[in-house]
Amino acid sequence: MPSKLPALAVDDPETDPNTSAAISIQNLLHRYGDHTALDGVTFDVRAAELFGLLGPNGSGKTTMFRILSALMVPVGGRAVILGYDTAKDANELRRHIGVVFQAQSIDEKLTAAENLRHQGHLYGLHGRALTLRIDEMLQRVGLADRAKEKAETFSGGMQRRLELAKGLLHHPSVLLLDEPTTGLDPGARIDLWQYLHILRDQEKVTVLVTTHLMEEAGRCDRLAFLNQGKLVALGTPLELKREIGGDVIVLDTKDPESLADRIRIRFNTEAHVIQNQVRLERKEGHRFITDLVETYPGEIEAISVSKPSLEDVFIRRTGHRFWTDRGGEVKQ
Amino acid sequence: MATQAATFPAQVVPSRNELVLPAFTLWWREVVRFYRQRSRVVGVIASPILFWLVIGSGFGTSFRSGGQNGQHYLDYFYPGALIMIVLFTSIFTMMSVIEDRKEGFLLSVLVAPVSRSAIVLGKVLGGTTLATIQGLIFLAFAPWVGVHLSVATFLLVALTVFLVSFALTALGFVIAWPMDSTQAFHAIINLFLIPLWLLSGAMFPLSGASVWLRVVMRINPLTYGVEALRSLLYPTSVSEFSIFSSLATLVLFSLFMFGLAFVMVNRRTNKPAA
Repeated sequence: MPSKLPALAVDDPETDPNTSAAISIQNLLHRYGDHTALDGVTFDVRAAELFGLLGPNGSGKTTMFRILSALMVPVGGRAVILGYDTAKDANELRRHIGVVFQAQSIDEKLTAAENLRHQGHLYGLHGRALTLRIDEMLQRVGLADRAKEKAETFSGGMQRRLELAKGLLHHPSVLLLDEPTTGLDPGARIDLWQYLHILRDQEKVTVLVTTHLMEEAGRCDRLAFLNQGKLVALGTPLELKREIGGDVIVLDTKDPESLADRIRIRFNTEAHVIQNQVRLERKEGHRFITDLVETYPGEIEAISVSKPSLEDVFIRRTGHRFWTDRGGEVKQ
Repeated sequence: MATQAATFPAQVVPSRNELVLPAFTLWWREVVRFYRQRSRVVGVIASPILFWLVIGSGFGTSFRSGGQNGQHYLDYFYPGALIMIVLFTSIFTMMSVIEDRKEGFLLSVLVAPVSRSAIVLGKVLGGTTLATIQGLIFLAFAPWVGVHLSVATFLLVALTVFLVSFALTALGFVIAWPMDSTQAFHAIINLFLIPLWLLSGAMFPLSGASVWLRVVMRINPLTYGVEALRSLLYPTSVSEFSIFSSLATLVLFSLFMFGLAFVMVNRRTNKPAA
């Protein structure tokens, strides 16, 4: 488990030379034509850490994933994994990282064992060592009894596990996974995350996983939030939630702008309008809502108070909801 | 570089085999995958046989052949049909490049420590193997058109079929590599490859064609495949080129196409690789 260091501030990306960084992302910059996909992102992933890269669609996480898996050379900055620069030492790097893509990479016409044999050959494994390793991996992902069946007969969860077995076959020290739970039912999701925890704890594999699911992000040791190509938050889920300092209160009302203005003046507190809702952060939220309801009788249609979630962190840092297309910018 | 890597737990370091084993495994997959899709096998064998019988018989009764020792058109058309089988199989197997790209398969190969040349080699040899086998299966009809091959001739025919398969598969690879839809691939085939085949001497002889067509046919590398096969299968027929110069042309064409495929795959960009 990583030590409980304070969350690194975004604008002060310090890199501690004493903690061994398995992945080091340094001022990474990438553009597609005029569109800037990554705008100077810097952070480190420590060895044997389960690290989550979180961001809405179009935030740059796929671009970063492609650069990390050495499929693409960044326009500026660099990404270093286990000491290998992804742009310069791609060939050497590839032996040490396992990559599991969101898109299915297993061949459905091949059996589970054949898929792994094919993968092993690509990584230079062969003969008896490979056969043993295939048996071991199939055992570990619970597919040993289906080894000789074609992958097309497998359920979505089984195919994902086969993907994972493929990515881990050559004993990588770093595993990169792109949205690994896409299309999985809740049970299969939980299984997969449990397996990622086992990998980290027992095999000391560094795992970097991209996701757009807050609930999954909460299971990571540390998180990086990306938004429009920029790093907006970095830290453990707990640290990130703590910065909210209190509860999150959301109000439904007919005229949110005017209510937010009045709340700001009356209670001397920040209040934002996000997607036609008034949103504010406050200690002891349950008491505060009584005050609100009594101060503005009849105006409040619905009110909710909750402990801060990772989505709240995202809203606080970016000023808009995770899922909107910039529709809900903060108006103050 | 390795200093930092050494601080991580020692892992089983795979052997440095970046070319032969990956190319072998990609070749193997290509072949296994093909024969596991029965409809593809049937389609690729049945359609040229039908084509040969229908067109060959139809033309044979409509047009009495003008030259070629009063040969029946079905006989004349036989080498052309064989080339067509090879053409179809070679080109269509490389559609898998597009499919692999659309699925994640190609990505998983690209992130492996595999030299890009292994990808070309494995894929192209895979397609070549399939096309050669299909071509040789069609050769079983040879006695039907009155051709009985000696071992030496059979080997030369096999060599010709192999060379044509190899060149066309590499061509298919070059076409398929930058594409992202199989529809576009079909369009190219209809626009470009069918005429290439029509103008190869497969359907009508070079000697009877007009001057400009003859020029086109002489440039067309497929012509040399058809000519080589015809002169091997029907030693008495009149051929424009010697078997040696036909084979030499095919070798050059193969090397050129393979080189082109090689160059395309090795371009590194900062655009998405797949």
